[in-house]
Amino acid sequence: MLAYLIRRIGQALLVIAAMATIVFLSIYAVGNPVDILANPNADAKEMAEISARLGLDKPLWEQFGLFVWNALHGDLGRSFVFNEPALKLIIQRMPATLELAFVALIMSIVIGIPLGVWSGLKPDAWSSRAIMSGSILGFSLPNFWIGLMLILLFAVQLKWLPSGGRGPTTDVFGIPVSFLTWEGLRYLLLPAFTLALYKAALVVRLSRSGTREAVLQDYVRFARAKGLSPTRIVLVHVLKNIMIPVVTILGLELGSMIAFAVVTETVFAYPGMGKLLIDSIGRLDRPVIVAYLMMVVVIFVVINLIVDLLYAALDPRVRLQEAE
Amino acid sequence: MRKPVLSLHDLKVEFGTRQGVVKAVDGVSLDVHAGEVVGLVGESGSGKSVTGLAILGLIDPPGRIASGSINLDGQELIGLPDSELRRLRGPSMAMIFQDPMTTLNPVLRIDTQMIETIRAHENVSEKAARDRAEAALRRVGIPSPAERLLTYPHQLSGGMRQRVAIAIALLMNPKVLIADEPTTALDVTIQSQILAEVQQLCAEMGTSLIWITHDLAVVAGLADRIAVMYAGRVVEEGDVDPVLDDPRHPYTYGLLGSAPSRNRRGEKLAQIPGMTPSLANLPKGCAFAPRCVFAADDCKVASPGLTRDHTRTWRCFHPVHAREAAQ
Amino acid sequence: MTDTPFSFDKGESLWRQRVGDYFSRPSAVIVFILLVGLLFIAIFAPWIAPQNPYDLSQLDIMDGRLPPGSKAMNGMVFWLGTDEQGRDMLSAILYGLRISLFVGVVSTVCACAIGASIGVFAAYKGGKVETFVMRLVDLQLSFPAILIALVLLAAFGRGIDKVIIALIIVQWAYYARTVRGNALVERNRDYMEAARCLALPRSRILFNHLLPNCLPPLIVVATVQVAHAIALEATLSFLGVGVPVTEPSLGMLIKNGYDYLMSGKYWISTWPGLALVLAIVVINLVGDRLRDVLNPRLAK
Repeated sequence: MLAYLIRRIGQALLVIAAMATIVFLSIYAVGNPVDILANPNADAKEMAEISARLGLDKPLWEQFGLFVWNALHGDLGRSFVFNEPALKLIIQRMPATLELAFVALIMSIVIGIPLGVWSGLKPDAWSSRAIMSGSILGFSLPNFWIGLMLILLFAVQLKWLPSGGRGPTTDVFGIPVSFLTWEGLRYLLLPAFTLALYKAALVVRLSRSGTREAVLQDYVRFARAKGLSPTRIVLVHVLKNIMIPVVTILGLELGSMIAFAVVTETVFAYPGMGKLLIDSIGRLDRPVIVAYLMMVVVIFVVINLIVDLLYAALDPRVRLQEAE
Repeated sequence: MRKPVLSLHDLKVEFGTRQGVVKAVDGVSLDVHAGEVVGLVGESGSGKSVTGLAILGLIDPPGRIASGSINLDGQELIGLPDSELRRLRGPSMAMIFQDPMTTLNPVLRIDTQMIETIRAHENVSEKAARDRAEAALRRVGIPSPAERLLTYPHQLSGGMRQRVAIAIALLMNPKVLIADEPTTALDVTIQSQILAEVQQLCAEMGTSLIWITHDLAVVAGLADRIAVMYAGRVVEEGDVDPVLDDPRHPYTYGLLGSAPSRNRRGEKLAQIPGMTPSLANLPKGCAFAPRCVFAADDCKVASPGLTRDHTRTWRCFHPVHAREAAQ
Repeated sequence: MTDTPFSFDKGESLWRQRVGDYFSRPSAVIVFILLVGLLFIAIFAPWIAPQNPYDLSQLDIMDGRLPPGSKAMNGMVFWLGTDEQGRDMLSAILYGLRISLFVGVVSTVCACAIGASIGVFAAYKGGKVETFVMRLVDLQLSFPAILIALVLLAAFGRGIDKVIIALIIVQWAYYARTVRGNALVERNRDYMEAARCLALPRSRILFNHLLPNCLPPLIVVATVQVAHAIALEATLSFLGVGVPVTEPSLGMLIKNGYDYLMSGKYWISTWPGLALVLAIVVINLVGDRLRDVLNPRLAK
């Protein structure tokens, strides 16, 4: 188990290193941020000064060496625009994004599992067909457009919910969260629902196929032969069986939800790290872009690592396979 | 004559498939008396398991009970709403299945699966239900039952799991227990142990037992009576000794011939020629005719009706007699 | 010896039969007609549209932000309203559809060709090449497409060509995986053995024998992927990293209308959005039907 652990962590570090190189090269190798930052009337001398101040006049390999050296010390550069450490900017905005992603994750479970189980129990009913058609739409429609339509309906027409931004926050262990107050929750509702739809379709499909499989199992037949009520069979015997794979897969999807929050945050002007990324891309603020990407890569790798290790700990077969 | 606990009369179960309606059970009649052990024997696809499921009302669409009567202790089960049937499953009738690996829910602890059974039928406290569950486990020969209650199914061996399933089925002292090949998936040594235990438990509790199997040898030492099914029909039914010693139906005869036994060691294993027919397109006349060595022209025209003597009934125009078989 | 492998001989009639299968359902016919209609509109947009939305001489700033059904200063009716520059939304949508479909189709076809070739090659080579390629595929697919596309476009900058390149890089892995999966099954079949025994050149075996037999699943994946590519392009353009302002796709039009959404000028965003949704749904429905027809085993 220890050898497996070490090897798996080594792999994870390798992926992070590879991604760091790719990200650095693709972001730093092209374009010139000085053109944007400098005063349009600036002459060549001023331009060179700015360049030197930002370290952009050095050769690329030297910049990369510096980047790696600093990165190992937790320094991913200073934002050209805010003149603050890029990592600090990202971390400041991270709670907002994580809150959005978690609330969306829970919403997608709360929406997706009942619909999926229902359509799995009655696969031929018209309501199930409607649910499945809906999930195809959820898969294929551009999420940002759904967000826009929700704004149009709930914020512009009905005026029930705010169209964007983040509500008032309360500090919990020093982390600002907004879901504890109704006012804060009101701001969270639309963006989280939009982001949840993106994964709810997946949850519907997973829980539907899980349910269809479970109801054919002997243990369900045996539960019926014991005289249990259909409600208990579905809520305890079936649900408990499908929850495990659904929650596992959703855990894996948390990373992609954080990444996809880029779109939702832009639609709802939600001040998370995704919005920061898009703003930074527009302003060619390279250190912030790189810091964001490195952060997301690390989150992805860590989530995958945790899930793999959990599997290995729970399932002896995985360990055996690895040993071969 | 005593009144039977369970009485099937002309039971028909159909499945709607793409190839048309399949008659999985086609007119089965069977009486089971209190405390009696009945062996229901047949190849896979003969309708024996479907018959068992039909008794508990567990036939799901596309299947349905087309007609007939299932009478349990004076109450007609066909047409009963599911909520009423549910009340009977457990206290009046119970069933155990073939594969102990899949019968128990893998993600629920044994105690959950036992206690929920009791509390589905009786308004008792958690504690009382737990005590009864523990006693039930002890009764089926599970060591340190209190600890076993706290385990998950995958922590138990196959034989242990089947014992738990039996304990659950017998928790409510059912009048009839239907055992659908519960030992087929187990090791031979454990098979015979479980066989003996179930037989003894049912005898103690006065529970009637329907033992479904494809293996005549299993029921030979167990059953009081035997019913042989072929293609959805009972082709021969009667007391165990006469049926096994002197079968009337050629199919029973064939089954006996294909069971390997000690006293014919070295001999070539007799087999029934041909394959089980597909229920979707059964031959006209007797369903067994194409595989039957005794078949004549009349077998291919009409389906044989019931013939009976003092110990049994059979469906055959040209029954086997001991004398013939000896030739 | 003929030039066509025998897998093709029966292929001719099989394809014809599959086309027949596809149209055996009325709903599939309707969807197909809609698809052809969308393609027609996209191709002939410059001749159909009431106005060339990018010819500034045809625009009048006085016509800006008119609601649907309004009349222009020159008497023309704006059936779907106008944007902030007085541009006819209907015309803008027709042109936008043209760009969206172009990006979707071109990127998918290129990605399919490249990904499929790599997949077949990897499956045929086996060994280290295959392991390396499949590791790469797995690594890429473990990151969301939107993130990879964002990084690429942050590096490339805006432009239709750049969006297409980014979409190709994002998508090739799907095809490589699809083809490799099928090729693994196919390469042990008899006809592959026969082709090897005849000592046909490797490239011939790859492209004349293996690829045609991987084609049906590839077509299904590619059809659905066109819809995904269109949605992804729209998302990227909405985020401001996709197509340039001068060549707005549907996503760009939606972004332009986004600023006016709060003030109740819904039409600038909503109509392009509906056009986008229609295109995506129609393509998906065609893809679903193709899946049923081309691969009965996968049918729901």
